[in-house]
Amino acid sequence: MSRTPAILVLEDGRTFHGESYGALGETVGEAVFSTGMTGYQETLTDPSYRRQVVVMTAPHVGNTGINTEDPESSRIWVAGYVVRDPARVASSWRATRTLEEDLAEQGIVGISGVDTRALTRHLRERGAMRVGISSVSTDAEALLATVKSAPSMSGADLAGEVTTAEPYVVPAQGDKRLTVAAVDLGIKAMTPQRMAERGIEVHVLPADATLEQVRATGADGVFFSNGPGDPAATTDAVALLQDVLRDGTPFFGICFGNQMLGRALGLETYKLKYGHRGINQPVMDRTTSKVEITAHNHGFAVAWPGDLDAPHETPYGQASVSHVCLNDDVVEGLEVHDADGELLAFSVQYHPEAAAGPHDAEYLFDRFADLMRARRGETTEATTEGTVR
Amino acid sequence: MPRRDDISSVLVIGSGPIVIGQACEFDYSGTQACRVLRSEGLRVVLVNSNPATIMTDPEFADATYVEPITPEFVERVIAQERPDALLATLGGQTALNTAMALDANGVLEKYGVELIGASVEAIEKGENRESFKAIVEGLPEAWGAEVARSSICHSMDDCLAAVEDLGYPVVVRPSYTMGGVGSGIARDEEELHRIAGAGLAASPTTEVLLEESILGWKEYELEVMRDKADNVVIVCSIENLDPMGVHTGDSITVAPAMTLTDREYQRLRDIAIGVIREVGVDTGGCNIQFAVNPENGRIVVIEMNPRVSRSSALASKATGFPIAKIAAKLAIGYTLDEIPNDITRETPASFEPTLDYVVVKVPRFAFEKFPSADERLTTHMKSVGEAMAIGRNFTEALQKALRSLERPQAAFDWHREWVDLDKDALLAEIAVPHDGRLKKVMDAMRAGATLDELFEATKIDPWFLDQLALINEIAAEVTAADELTPALLRKAKRHGFSDEQLGKIRGMSADVVRGVRHALGIRPVYKTVDTCAAEFAARTPYHYSSYDEETEVEPREKPAVLILGSGPNRIGQGIEFDYSCVHASLALSEAGYETVMVNCNPETVSTDYDTSDRLYFEPLTLEDVLEVIHAERQAGPVVGVVVQLGGQTPLGLAAALEREGVPIVGTSPAAIDLAEHRGAFGQVLADAGLPAPKHGTAISFPGAKKVADEIGYPVLVRPSYVLGGRGMEIVYDEASLADYIERATEISPEHPVLVDRFLDDAVEIDVDALYDGTDLYLGGVMEHIEEAGIHSGDSSCALPPITLGAEDLDKIRASTRAIADGVGVRGLINIQFALSSDVLYVLEANPRASRTVPFVSKATGVPLAKAAARLMLGESIADLRAAGVLPATGDGGDLGPHAPIAVKEAVMPFNRFRTLEGKTVDTLLGPEMRSTGEVMGIDAQFGTAFAKAQAGAQEGLPTSGKVFVSVANRDKRHMIFPVKRLADLGFEIVATAGTAEVLRRNGVEATVVRKLSEVPDAGASRLNELISSGEVGLVINTPHGSTSGGSPRVDGYEIRTAAISAGVPCITTVQGLAAAVQGIEAAREGGVGVRSLQSWAEAVRTGAGAE
Repeated sequence: MSRTPAILVLEDGRTFHGESYGALGETVGEAVFSTGMTGYQETLTDPSYRRQVVVMTAPHVGNTGINTEDPESSRIWVAGYVVRDPARVASSWRATRTLEEDLAEQGIVGISGVDTRALTRHLRERGAMRVGISSVSTDAEALLATVKSAPSMSGADLAGEVTTAEPYVVPAQGDKRLTVAAVDLGIKAMTPQRMAERGIEVHVLPADATLEQVRATGADGVFFSNGPGDPAATTDAVALLQDVLRDGTPFFGICFGNQMLGRALGLETYKLKYGHRGINQPVMDRTTSKVEITAHNHGFAVAWPGDLDAPHETPYGQASVSHVCLNDDVVEGLEVHDADGELLAFSVQYHPEAAAGPHDAEYLFDRFADLMRARRGETTEATTEGTVR
Repeated sequence: MPRRDDISSVLVIGSGPIVIGQACEFDYSGTQACRVLRSEGLRVVLVNSNPATIMTDPEFADATYVEPITPEFVERVIAQERPDALLATLGGQTALNTAMALDANGVLEKYGVELIGASVEAIEKGENRESFKAIVEGLPEAWGAEVARSSICHSMDDCLAAVEDLGYPVVVRPSYTMGGVGSGIARDEEELHRIAGAGLAASPTTEVLLEESILGWKEYELEVMRDKADNVVIVCSIENLDPMGVHTGDSITVAPAMTLTDREYQRLRDIAIGVIREVGVDTGGCNIQFAVNPENGRIVVIEMNPRVSRSSALASKATGFPIAKIAAKLAIGYTLDEIPNDITRETPASFEPTLDYVVVKVPRFAFEKFPSADERLTTHMKSVGEAMAIGRNFTEALQKALRSLERPQAAFDWHREWVDLDKDALLAEIAVPHDGRLKKVMDAMRAGATLDELFEATKIDPWFLDQLALINEIAAEVTAADELTPALLRKAKRHGFSDEQLGKIRGMSADVVRGVRHALGIRPVYKTVDTCAAEFAARTPYHYSSYDEETEVEPREKPAVLILGSGPNRIGQGIEFDYSCVHASLALSEAGYETVMVNCNPETVSTDYDTSDRLYFEPLTLEDVLEVIHAERQAGPVVGVVVQLGGQTPLGLAAALEREGVPIVGTSPAAIDLAEHRGAFGQVLADAGLPAPKHGTAISFPGAKKVADEIGYPVLVRPSYVLGGRGMEIVYDEASLADYIERATEISPEHPVLVDRFLDDAVEIDVDALYDGTDLYLGGVMEHIEEAGIHSGDSSCALPPITLGAEDLDKIRASTRAIADGVGVRGLINIQFALSSDVLYVLEANPRASRTVPFVSKATGVPLAKAAARLMLGESIADLRAAGVLPATGDGGDLGPHAPIAVKEAVMPFNRFRTLEGKTVDTLLGPEMRSTGEVMGIDAQFGTAFAKAQAGAQEGLPTSGKVFVSVANRDKRHMIFPVKRLADLGFEIVATAGTAEVLRRNGVEATVVRKLSEVPDAGASRLNELISSGEVGLVINTPHGSTSGGSPRVDGYEIRTAAISAGVPCITTVQGLAAAVQGIEAAREGGVGVRSLQSWAEAVRTGAGAE
C-alpha cells in the first residue's frame, strides 16, 4: 500500500515526518497521548476527545478493525490521529470493516509511521500543546503558522459542540427501579448502559438543560457526564449543579462531571501538564483504601485547597477527597456529605463505565444506586451481578 | 500495611536442576526473592540442588543448602534452621510439590513453619482440576468463562469410558506435573493408551484429565498479581502466535496481546481476577491461560498456576515489572501500593504496565541431539531454551527474535530459489506444528497461498499472517529494486531485516550492507522499557534497539565494560554461562566500571535490569553488538568487551569485533583462536613437553581414514569449533568412519574434522584455572566418574578428585600452567586431561569460562568468575589475593583435609522425547552432550555426596530391594565386586543369563530373566514388567559394543527406556556402579545430614573440618 507523505508539526516547532493515515487533508488540535493498548474504537468515538489530536503510544493500531458494538457515540470525535504501525487487515470475528476505512470515511486526518514514543516524551516533558497534521502539504513552516493561530484548549467551552440535540431515554434493563437525569456534556454510550443494567431509567438531557427540565424527569438522582474542554469555561452547567445540590438531589459525576462538582463547590480547576489518558491508572478509593486500575481521559483536574486529608466546608455540606491517583496524587474523586453526615453527592475524575478499560470501578454505579435508594428511604440492595467487587 | 513483623526467617526452595519446562527462569525469580528478603532484614535459608544457579551463591542467602529438593532433605534443613516461613511459589513446580508434600506429611505443622506466597488451600484449588473447574463455572455468567468439557480419570478404564462422550481427538493432561510432562493429544484409542498410560504414570496422584479438543483456538495468557488487601493487577497479556495445540513453552509468543478488542481483553481480565480471588492466591502472582474461539469469541479457561512461572519471567522482562521481586514483597505482607515501581521510582507497583513496543519470544529446540525423536510440537514441551526480542513493531521484534536463536536456518531467508515451491505440499506441512514452521508459511505465501488458505492450514491469526506477508513484500521490494535506496533500506530495517538478510537478497556480504548503511547514517536508536509507554520518566536504562527517530541512551562519565551474554539456553550452553556473566557484572561494578550487559535470553538473571548498570536486550549477532557498542561509545568511554564468559556465542564474535576495532579484554582473540587451532595448540603442547592423544585433521573421508589408520581405532571424531560436543562420536571401525563423514555436512578447509585417538580406559579430568601471565590459580580439579568418551557435561565428577595422587595433581598443575602460559590466557581457562597408564594426556583446552565454573565456585567457596573478570581488566592474582577475592594462600588444587567432597551429576532430558512410534529415545551417554542441567551433592565423604547427587538428579538410590544387572562382556570382570557388595547388603540380584552366570561363579546368586532377543514373543515383557512395575529399584546396564549413529542394540535400549519411563535409577557405566554402591552404603548407614555452604566454608577456613 503506498501512502502519501505527511507531516506533523507541534506548536513549539518540532516536526515529525510520516505517511498519511485515514483521510488526506490538514487538521489542527491539542496534541495528547493515550497509553491504552486496547480500545482504539472506544477512544476515537469518545466525545471528550473533541478538538484533540490523539497520539497512540501502542504501535499497532487497527488490528481488530471496526465493529458495530463498541463505539461510544455515533461518530469519531478526535481532531486527528497519530499512530506508528497501522493494521492492513482487520482480524476479529466481530469486525465489519477496517479502521482506516472508517477514518477515511469520517474525514479524520491521521499520520502513521512517526516515532510516537519520541512525540510522547516531548509532550510529557513540555506539556500538552497544539499540533497540526498535513498530508496535503509538507510545508512545515506554513503548518506551524496554522497551528499557532488555532484556539487553545484552555478557555474552550466545548460541551455545546458535542451534546445531544434532543433529550432521549435509555430504558432500564429488567424492572425499572430508579430514574436518573443525565446531563450530556459529551456522554459515552457505556455510561447510561451501566446505569440501565442496574434498573435505572436514564433521561439524557442536552448540556444546556435547566433545573426545570431536570426536575420534570422525576429523577431520583442527577448525573453529569464526561466531556471535552476547559471546565472553567463551562459556567451554565456549574450553576445547574449548584441548584441540584441545593435541592438535596443525589448527584454522581464522571470526569468533566467531577470538575463541574468541584467548581460548583467553589474549588478551582487547573490544566495538567500532559493529562491522564490511558487504562492503567492506579487510583485509591480513600474510603476503603483499595486500589483500582482505572480508565482515564482528562487534561484538567480539581485543585484541592490544602491537605488532601482535610475536609473542606462548602455551602452544600462538607466536601472531601474520596479518590486520588497514586502516580501523582491528582484528585480523582470528590464526596459531599450533608449536615447530617449523609452522602449527598460524589464524583470521580476517571471512567468507571470503562469503555475502554478495566471494570474495577464499576462499583461506583452501585454506590450511586445505593445513594438514590437511601435518599428514598429504601435499604441498600446487594450489588449487581457482573460487578467485579 | 507494612511488612509482617512476625516473620524473621524464611526458607526459599529453588527449582533444582535445569530440565525442559523448568529452566533458569526460576533462578531469576529465586535470586530476586532472596535479594528482596535479605534487604528486608530477614534471614534467608535456601535449598537448591543446582550449583549452576546464581541464587546458590553464598552471598544471596544466609544459609545456602545445596541439597536434594526432596521432602526428606528439606525436612532436615527445616529441623536444622527452624525458619518461620516457607516461600515455595518462586521455585517452579518442584518447590510447590515439595512444599505440598511437607504440608501433607505434617512437617510444616511439626516445626511451626507457615507457607507464605500461596496457601495450601489455594495451591490445591488452583491445581486440582475439579476445584478449578468449579471456580470457573461459578464466575458471573456475563463473563462467559467456560472450561473445556472434560473428565478426570484415574485409570485406563476411566479414560476409555470418558472418551466415549468427549470423542477424538482428546487432550490428555496429567495432574501435578510440570512443563506438560506426559500430556498430549490422542487421535485414536491406540494413542490414548500410550499417552494417557504415560500420563497416569507421570502424575504423582495417578490422575489425568481428558478434555475436548480446542485445537486451533487463539491462545492467551495473563500474568496476575494480588495482595492481601485484594488489590489485583494484570502485569502482562501474552498471545501465542501458534494457536492451541502447541505448548506455550514451544510456541512463538507475543506481548502484549495483538488481536483482542478491549471488550474481549477486559473479559479475560475480569475472569483472571475472578479466578485468582476464588482460588485465594492473596500474596503473590499467578498466570492464567485462555483459549478463545476465533469463530465466535467463546472463552475457555485452560489452567492457572498459583505460582511464578516461566511466563512470569518472560512477562517481567517484557514489561519491566519484576513479578518475582514484587511477589516476594507481597508474601511478607506489603501491599502493591506500598511498593515503588523500580523503573519510574515515583509511581507505585499497583498499576498495570503498558507497552509501546512489541515483544516476541521464540523457542529453541535441540532435536539434532535426539535424532530419533518425534519433532512435531504438541502440548508436551520440547524446547530447551528461548530467545526474546523487543521491537517497535511486530515485524522488527519477530525478525530480531529469530536471529537471536543463533541458528543459521532460523531467520527468514529469501536467498533460495522459489521456483520449486509446491503450495499444496507446504500447506500440508504447515498444518502440523513443528520447529521452523514459520519459514514454511513464508514459503507457502511465495508459492501463492492466500491468507485464507494459510489460516485454514495453521489457524494462525490473520493479523499475524498479514504481518508475515508484509515482511515478504518488503523482501520482494528489496529484491526488485534497482538499488538499495536510503528509503528502502530504512524501511527494511524498520521491519527487522538484518544486514545479512539484505546482503543475501542483494548478493553482497553483510559487511558491505553495514558499510552502506553507516555511510547513509542509518543506524538504530535505543528505546527504553519503562512500564508506562513514556508517561513517566524511566530511571532504569533497560534498552532495546529500533529503527526509529530518537535515542534514549544517556551520556555517562564512568568507563564502561560490555559483557556479552550467552543467548538462548541450549544443550551445552546454559545457565552456567549466565552465572559467569552475572558475576563479571557484579565484580566489575564493584571495581568501579559501568557495566553494560547485552543478552537476549529472558529466563536469565543477566537480563534482570537490576543486574548491570545498563541492559541491552539485543540479539548477539555481530551487527546488533556493533550497534550497541557504537551507541555506548557515543555515550561515554568504553574500555572493552568481555567475550570469554558467555560460552561459544560471544566467543564466536571475538575476532570480528576485534577486526572492527573493538577492544576485547582478557585473553586475546588470537589466543582464543590458537587454542582452537590444532597445529598451533599442538606446538604449545610440544614446547611444554605435554602429550596429547595422537590426532589429525581431515576434510574428506580418505584423509580421515589415513589419520585413523595411523593412530589406530577407536577414534574420536568431531567438527572443530563446537560446544557441547555437537556431532562428536567414537568410531570403532572404518565403515563407521565413512558413515560419519557422510553425515557431517559442515566440513570445509576452515572447519575440518578432528580425528583423535580415543583413550579407552582413561580417567578424565577437568580443570578450571585462572592465569594472569605470571601466577596460576588452580580453581578446581574434577575427576570424572564415568570413563573417557562420555561428554564432560554429561559425566558425573568429584571435586576434589577422589583417586588421584599428589604426583598426578602436581603434573596437572604444571601442565595447566604451561598451557595457560603458552596460549596467553588472561582470565579463565578450562583444560580436559585424560590419565591413562600414568600418562597425563591433554585432550583440549578452552581459554574461557567453562560449564563447570559455578560448580567449582560452589564446591570450593571461591568466586572464580568474579576473579576472572577483574583479571581481564588488568588486576593480578596477587592483587585479588590481597583484595580477598581469592584466598590469601593455597588454591583449588590443594584443598586440604577439611574440604568437603562435591559430586556433580548431570540431568538428562530423555523422558521428554519420544520417537515417532511413541517410544522414549535411548538414554545412553556418549561424547555428544545431551544433558540439560546438573545437581551437586556435597558432603564429607564421597559416597554420601554421590548419593545426594543421585537423589537430587533423579529418584535417588534404593537402600534395599531388587537390583537388575545386565552388563557388556568387557564390563563383567569389573562388576563382580560391587554387585557382590550389593548382594551382601541384602539386595536381591536379578540378571540376564550371561551376567548371572558370571555372578554365580563368583558366589553371587542371581535370578535370571531372559533378554528380549532371547524370547521372540510378548512373553518377553517379563523384564520390562519388572522394571515398569517398580519392582526393581535400580537398573545397571552397560552398553554392548559401539554406540555410533544413535543405534545401540535393541536389548539395552528397551531396558534403559523402561527404567527412564518408570523413574528407576539407571546406571550405564561400571564406574558409576562402584560410586553408586558407595552411595547406597552411605545412605544405609543413615544419618545423612545437611550442611550449608556457609558452614562448609567456615569449616574449611578454620580447619574445623567435616564433623
